[in-house]
Amino acid sequence: MSKPLENVEVALFVTCLVDINRPSVGFAAVKLLEQSGCKVVVPNAQTCCGQPAYNSGDKQSTKDIAKNVIRAFKSFRYVVAPSGSCAGMIKKHYPELFADDPEMLLEAQDLAARTHELVSFLNDIADFEPDDVKLDKKVTYHDSCSSLREMKVKDQPRELLGEVDDLELIEAEDREACCGFGGTFCIKYSEISEEMVDQKIANLLATKADIVTAGDLGCLMNIAGRLSRKGHKMKVLHVAEILAGMGDKPGIAEGRD
Amino acid sequence: MQVTSRKFKENAHEAMQDENLRAALGRVKEGFTAKRAEAAADLPEFEDLRDQARDIKDHVLENLDYYLEYFEKKVIEAGGVVHWCSNAKEAKETILKICRDVDAKTVTKGKSMITEEIGLNKFLESEGIEPIETDLGEYIIQLADEPPSHIIGPAVHKTKEQVTELFHEHHQQYGYTEREEDAEKLVGEARAVLRHKYVVADVGITGANFLVAETGSTAIVTNEGNGDLTQSLPKTHIAVASIEKVIPTLEDVSTVMRVLARSATGQEMSVYTTFSTGPKRSDDIDGPENFHVVLLDGGRSEMIGTELQELLRCIRCGACMNHCPVYHAVGGHSYGWVYPGPIGAALNPQMVGIEEARHLPNASSFCGRCEEVCPVRIPIPKILRHWREKAFEQQISPKPERWGIELWGFFAKRPWAYRLMTKVAVRVLGLMGGKNGKIKSLPMNNGWTAVRDLPAPQGATFMEQWKKQEGR
Ligand code: SF4
Repeated sequence: MSKPLENVEVALFVTCLVDINRPSVGFAAVKLLEQSGCKVVVPNAQTCCGQPAYNSGDKQSTKDIAKNVIRAFKSFRYVVAPSGSCAGMIKKHYPELFADDPEMLLEAQDLAARTHELVSFLNDIADFEPDDVKLDKKVTYHDSCSSLREMKVKDQPRELLGEVDDLELIEAEDREACCGFGGTFCIKYSEISEEMVDQKIANLLATKADIVTAGDLGCLMNIAGRLSRKGHKMKVLHVAEILAGMGDKPGIAEGRD
Repeated sequence: MQVTSRKFKENAHEAMQDENLRAALGRVKEGFTAKRAEAAADLPEFEDLRDQARDIKDHVLENLDYYLEYFEKKVIEAGGVVHWCSNAKEAKETILKICRDVDAKTVTKGKSMITEEIGLNKFLESEGIEPIETDLGEYIIQLADEPPSHIIGPAVHKTKEQVTELFHEHHQQYGYTEREEDAEKLVGEARAVLRHKYVVADVGITGANFLVAETGSTAIVTNEGNGDLTQSLPKTHIAVASIEKVIPTLEDVSTVMRVLARSATGQEMSVYTTFSTGPKRSDDIDGPENFHVVLLDGGRSEMIGTELQELLRCIRCGACMNHCPVYHAVGGHSYGWVYPGPIGAALNPQMVGIEEARHLPNASSFCGRCEEVCPVRIPIPKILRHWREKAFEQQISPKPERWGIELWGFFAKRPWAYRLMTKVAVRVLGLMGGKNGKIKSLPMNNGWTAVRDLPAPQGATFMEQWKKQEGR
């Protein structure tokens, strides 16, 4: 059976955290997109979506960064990011950013319309199904705020995880509550962030799952960093890694292979 | 009230050490969120109603002068008086004058955030008039001499044990010598003490959830019925409200009310909804002889036509704070002014100045839950961001923070420099992470490592590795 996106060019927006901290998420994304038949391109001129500047109130820098992203991803039918937060930035906030600049606004809207969060793209557009992936573990899924509220990602990751052989999905209490990451928030207000992440990990640990997963590396690094600091053994993986059959690789904050 | 928003971080630190407060906040979180979710799920048209409520409020804000003047006309027709006050000082003096004219010694008060906003109680006290709060929560914090910590539950930060102690301390003069520990009996005790005050009060002051233009009525919703007694027993009733509370028709009131209580407490309706139209008429059995409406602008008209206009849709339901993880962590007093939680973080910079309130819009993870539950769909995160931009433009944000962002921006705008920087960064971080792959402390970034380990990068950047692989 032919796949809906056979040979369609899809540009990967790697995201700065994945680029620097966990390239395996990027490679997992490439693998999943290729399994869906897409031709993956990684534009070399990409950097960061601009959220650190945007959330710090530096609108001018954000615009400059956004222009760079818009330019880098101009010619692709689809742009996919393994992060609800970065995809949300492009899809929801770029058009807001250029509201008073008609020319750029058109370009921003155009990019916004082509941009997708990875898991929802795989599920809703690419008709993807995990290819013979097996993981005999209990897994709980954390709904990251941007994925859930900006990108309306909720059922898609659950559906896809449900298709991984032997994987048991356990839902945590308050799974839609923020983990306390919030970009620079977790650094500027670390004490409040600590309170939030402690609530989060208490709910995650209560599931007795082996693995916690989510679609945003920021949240996962926050959760993994706190679990590690507290000496908990729960493994932390990006949902793309699980779907790509990398579930047995070391988790975030777990050291190297 | 004394503004302490500048000390938000210190306030929050103290709050998070307070075990009583943590217990109380735990109940806010569990109780209110579950009830709202149920109420919303039980009403299929809830989301449509939210749209309607938003549209009604928007329509009013677009035509505010018209509806306010219409409201005044109707109040006068009903025999009441409207006082237009541009700021807190004018409002307080107006209220004082009305009290003086009837030679008032005591006033009873129903729950009103506006009188908190203008600091009415302290002012009346200083003028020799005794204000008595009749809403149970307001009464508790009046005894404790504290500001409210929540807009619908002013005393949610108090545990039952603390209330026992407060009542024991203040009610002995009325013959209650035993420490009462049963919650229901505590309520009974407060009622009995207050009952007698209603009768002697010369003036009753209430807030208003709505000012109905069509009829010139003020409307309040409560769960205790104290508002009814406050406004109908004394000879003079003063309703104090800010200008954006006006609403065209009774029909509109009923639409907005359908989302108000559900969002606030998960009730279909609050227990009491009371409309007041003018003073007692000749054939009325009871009611006040004088009816005054004190209308406060308090900086609101300046918000019309700006990015902040949407904030004026707020119907003060409290849902945003009930669902806010930051509010759950730090409680209402940390915000340092009358309005706490997300709505406070968005509104207070306008009311007390962005320099004073700089922390409030910053202390948010932008999780978006406030906007998700707000019955009138106020885009609170967008407004918080607006304040961050203002603070950045005016160079109010701390320098190191600005430098950090500028440096990051420098690289993010230049892909070639960015590639180089990330290449170096992963190597340095990789070395710091050592064999364990995690960094326990980072000199430049101790906000992260104070709380959690930093996972070290896996190895070379994705872009480096991808480049090597290209042409696979
Ligand atoms: S901002 Fe919205 S949720 Fe918050 S109190 Fe106002 S109406 Fe309620």
